[in-house]
Amino acid sequence: MNPVLAADITLPHINYGAIAPILILLGMACVGVLAEAFLPRTLRYPVQVLVSLVAQVAGLATIIGLALSNYAKKPTLTAGDALAVDGPGLFLQGAVLVLGIVATLLIAERSVERGGAFVAQAAVTAGSEADAEQARRQPSQTEIFPLSLFALGGMMLFVSANDLLTMFVALEVFSLPLYLMCALARRRRLLSQEAAVKYFLLGAFSSAFFVYGIAMLYGFAGSVKFHDIAVAAISSGKSDLLMFIGLAMLAIGLLFKAAAVPFHVWTPDVYQGAPTPVTALMASCTKVAAFGGILRIFYVAFLDSRWDWRPVIGVIAVLTMVIGAILAVTQTDIKRLLAYSSIANAGYVLTGVLAMQKDGISSSLFYLVTYGFTVLAAFGLVTLVRDQDGEATHLSRWAGLGRKAPVLAGVFTFLMLSFAGIPLTSGFTGKFAVFSAALGGGQTTLVIFGVLSSVLLAFPYLRVVVLMYLQEPAADAPTVAVPGALTSAALAIGAIVTLLLGVWPSVLLDVANSAAQFVG
Amino acid sequence: MTLAEQVQYQSATGALSSVWLLIAIPLASAAVLLLLGRKADRWGHILGCASIGASFVLGLWYFFTLRGLGHKAVSLDLFNFIQVGRFKVDWGILYDPLSATFVLLITGVGFLIHVYAVGYMKEDPGRRRFFGYFNLFASAMLLLVLGNSFLMTFIGWEGVGLASYLLISWYQDRPAAATAGKKAFLMNRVGDAAFLVAMFLMFANLGSTDFATVFNGVGALPHGVTLAMALLLLAGACGKSGQFPLQAWLPDAMEGPTPVSALIHAATMVTAGVYLIARSNPIFDATSLGQTIVVAVGAFTLLLGCVIGCAKDDIKRVLAYSTVSQIGYMFLAVGLGGGAYALGILHLLAHGFFKAGLFLGAGSVMHGMKDQTDLRRFGGLWRYMPVTWATVGLGYLAIIGIPPLSGFFSKDPIIDAAFARGGWQGWVFGLAALLGAGLTAFYMTRLFVLTFHGKKRWTDDIEHPHESPGVMKLPMILLAVGSVAAGGLLVYGGFTTWLEPVFGTTEVPGHEPNRAMMIGISLAVVLVGVAIAWLLFRRGTALVEQPARSPIVRAARENLYGDVFNETVFELPGKLLTRAAVFFDGKGIDGIVTGLAAIVGGSSSRLRRLQTGFVRSYALTILGGALVVVAALMAVKLG
Amino acid sequence: MSIAPYVPIAGLLVLGALFALFSCTIAPLVGPKRFNKAKLEAYECGIEPAPVPAGRFPIRFYLTAMLFIVFDIEIIFLYPWAVSFDMLGTFGFVEMLLFIVTVFIAYAYVWRRGGLDWD
Repeated sequence: MNPVLAADITLPHINYGAIAPILILLGMACVGVLAEAFLPRTLRYPVQVLVSLVAQVAGLATIIGLALSNYAKKPTLTAGDALAVDGPGLFLQGAVLVLGIVATLLIAERSVERGGAFVAQAAVTAGSEADAEQARRQPSQTEIFPLSLFALGGMMLFVSANDLLTMFVALEVFSLPLYLMCALARRRRLLSQEAAVKYFLLGAFSSAFFVYGIAMLYGFAGSVKFHDIAVAAISSGKSDLLMFIGLAMLAIGLLFKAAAVPFHVWTPDVYQGAPTPVTALMASCTKVAAFGGILRIFYVAFLDSRWDWRPVIGVIAVLTMVIGAILAVTQTDIKRLLAYSSIANAGYVLTGVLAMQKDGISSSLFYLVTYGFTVLAAFGLVTLVRDQDGEATHLSRWAGLGRKAPVLAGVFTFLMLSFAGIPLTSGFTGKFAVFSAALGGGQTTLVIFGVLSSVLLAFPYLRVVVLMYLQEPAADAPTVAVPGALTSAALAIGAIVTLLLGVWPSVLLDVANSAAQFVG
Repeated sequence: MTLAEQVQYQSATGALSSVWLLIAIPLASAAVLLLLGRKADRWGHILGCASIGASFVLGLWYFFTLRGLGHKAVSLDLFNFIQVGRFKVDWGILYDPLSATFVLLITGVGFLIHVYAVGYMKEDPGRRRFFGYFNLFASAMLLLVLGNSFLMTFIGWEGVGLASYLLISWYQDRPAAATAGKKAFLMNRVGDAAFLVAMFLMFANLGSTDFATVFNGVGALPHGVTLAMALLLLAGACGKSGQFPLQAWLPDAMEGPTPVSALIHAATMVTAGVYLIARSNPIFDATSLGQTIVVAVGAFTLLLGCVIGCAKDDIKRVLAYSTVSQIGYMFLAVGLGGGAYALGILHLLAHGFFKAGLFLGAGSVMHGMKDQTDLRRFGGLWRYMPVTWATVGLGYLAIIGIPPLSGFFSKDPIIDAAFARGGWQGWVFGLAALLGAGLTAFYMTRLFVLTFHGKKRWTDDIEHPHESPGVMKLPMILLAVGSVAAGGLLVYGGFTTWLEPVFGTTEVPGHEPNRAMMIGISLAVVLVGVAIAWLLFRRGTALVEQPARSPIVRAARENLYGDVFNETVFELPGKLLTRAAVFFDGKGIDGIVTGLAAIVGGSSSRLRRLQTGFVRSYALTILGGALVVVAALMAVKLG
Repeated sequence: MSIAPYVPIAGLLVLGALFALFSCTIAPLVGPKRFNKAKLEAYECGIEPAPVPAGRFPIRFYLTAMLFIVFDIEIIFLYPWAVSFDMLGTFGFVEMLLFIVTVFIAYAYVWRRGGLDWD
């Protein structure tokens, strides 16, 4: 027999209980696919919504169960050390699911737009005969639900992956569904498809960097496990040039997902083109996942070499905050404005991450959740401002909205104030947490740039507010759709959490604090 | 009171523990009247009068309770108002002979004027609101005199300022009234600011504004601080009481309805400055320079008021300048210190009666003459308005100090006390007070004669002037009785002894041996003034304004250039300062801000061009970024 | 880890690249250039050269190709599993079963939604 084959294979032990949340999500996604295959059209929508929500709620319940049964305190590695079940992992998985549930509510909304925001076959030319036929026979896309379940499952896998290969697989598992979901918009189909293709091409490009980084690190450490890389960084006799190249490549792949400058270029186009509920999902959940990966890599694999790479990532953080803020100033489209705001916010999280101590982890975790809820509610509101062509996203169309729809404008103002970091909103407490952590970690420069950039960003946010309240509405001003129960719920959750975490941040900050210990 | 003595107030017990009701009743009534709106239109005036009447009855009860007490001063802590760290302010009330006196004046005269206003404001659609403001004023004024700390007094002080502003500009559709309201408000702010700074000084040096704490601690302060405090309080008092240099608003305040002029701008609010100085007597006692300045302000203002009063043709303005002048007497008295404090308060009370009566009389005349206020357009009215004639006549005799009316008992001792100061000051201030008495006699005679005697000089639209209704006549009669009797009653009723716990002494400085001579001299001066006016005006006067032949007349007609003074000294530098600030703000600060914004906006639109929408250029950006990151990390490593 | 064993491979790569470069550059330079109509036409048979593709491929080809790849990869996984089946035992069997099931779920979806219908 071939000597290679004769080598012993140690079967990995898999702790199914510890990875149950991921299994539930992916398993229910498969159920969703089967439902798509075998159920009659009329039943698909309710069943898919149910499957989707049940999967996420069950996953969340399992995560809470795991956290309460001390997995957070006594973290474990399982599946041959490929997965880590620890405090940050569970927190991030929970965050992905909580935000995912709210995003699913937005995705499932069908009363604002007849048949929902997603078209069954995006390739059909809008307004053509085939389109009319499609609208009659097959009003909506329901594959979006299993796709989002796959994406969320991939994100959960991603944040608990403990070696580079698993991380890469997880990256692809959550990226590929997102590429598809971007292309499904009912309105402005070409823009949506263009966004999807851009996202796909650039995502593939960045994945290539990531894989290249894995190769470099394997060359350096002889292993893809984070722990081994960390050990090799201290004790390996090899030149660590390989390690730094590898680190750079990995970081590029991850910072691409997190939308950090200069790897942010896709963000505005994709956020604008994608159907708004999907944009909401990307802005909240993907950000959580990407920073989960960044946190784990930086804090587990490269903690000891932080003195060498921290300045470089620090420069990226500064660029991200400043350029995101500057570019937000001249935006004329609300979705692009929120996209640049999301870029700048990536910089703020990165500032927290670079504290490189325990409260850096907890503050970043906290920030991700606060930002996620606020941005979900903001995009949810964007879906409601409509004219005959669908959502009216050009800012000039929002003029005078305060008079036409005082409640909507009021909530949006509140969210904008939160983005601007005004006290009594979660935007303030989140920024306060990451900045104070960064100060504690000696990153004064970053904090200075962070504060300056928040000042800059306040301008575009408040400009929207001014626009809504102080300008006359146009004659053909868009109408504000009455939100259905699902959107209302999503908006209410987003706004209430924004307020709650603004006045009572300790409720979540304590959880984040107790979770902020990676297993290494 | 010597400085070694500690000021300590007993806690209120029994009946006096409800002394806060005095403030609460008019306040509640004001709230009802202002919040209920038109629903209260039919019975609003009755509630307004009833509330102030109830306060008066309570005030009487408290007054007699206090008389029966040994310690003569009670304080009542109601609740904690502000507490930040060591900074603590309580809502508290101090009820002592001084407060009790003021309470009776405010509620008593206030009640009469409220009743008068029922008739006077009958035709005004906003009468209910008027009574709301009037009650608001009364409660604020009561808070002012009942507070147990400077801060409480200040809150009342601001409250009466607000009520005064609202009532001066009552006829909002008249630009003159609106302007007068604003003028009063602004000029009062100057005084209020000084009052505030005085309180800051107290906080900084003594840690509290409680009367007890401040008065006990003031002796230990350096003289500079005490003087500053005294002068700042004086400035505050000048603002509220229309004393030089902040006198210009008071005559303009006559744009308000006449009951307002009578109650707020003659009898009560404008005397708040006198109250403040009398109340702060330990502070003023501690600085003789400060006292001298108070006396000087009083003496100067009383002459100024007299001189301008001689030159005015508007009946209410003459009375307003008369008020300015009479308050000057009060300032003079409280500035003299010692027993003269009580004289000042005595004159204040007497003045409250006769000046309120005079104003109500003027209001009655206006009521009968279709709101005419020009003295040149009256004449011969005594036949048509006998009651008004009689009440105004008694007030007139009282103000010029004819014995045995009340002015005689209150003003002559002040003149006497001024002379008694001794040295050049005694001569200067004494002669000023004496001259003032003569001038007062002159312009008041002019007013009286031109209004009620001589030929009719009415405008053509008046056929038959009528006497006012009973609801207006009754208060006038009662006030006239007060004008006649108040002075004598107070003096022989032991008023100065009553105030002794507050001021510490009753000894009135004066030359006992020369007393009779002094009375003779001042009576002679008064009679000369009356005689000149009678000779000049018994035949009436020209219907149009005469050209001013001498500079003094010109100056007097121009209010002794008070407004010009304000314009050049305050307004012009203020305008220049504003312009400079606007310039600096516009070019400097805004320049920086807009410049920064332009930089951000410019770089934003430049950076936007990088966002081409082409995947190839995006990929290039990512690749470039990747190369830089890799290179940087390698540089960090290798370098 | 030494880099020495890889040197010949690198050498071969370089040689190959150099040869290709050499052939492509030298031929047009040294060869004679004589054109006529016959030379520019397709020789005797074949398709006439055309500036644009004659038509578009139906998307079905891509779909089929994609499906093929999915199952192709499945085979690639199956083969090594089959070879070391004895060592992997029940665990391996269950895991592989799960893997096949997931692929068949996808298959069922494609089949039910008409992905396998040519028309």
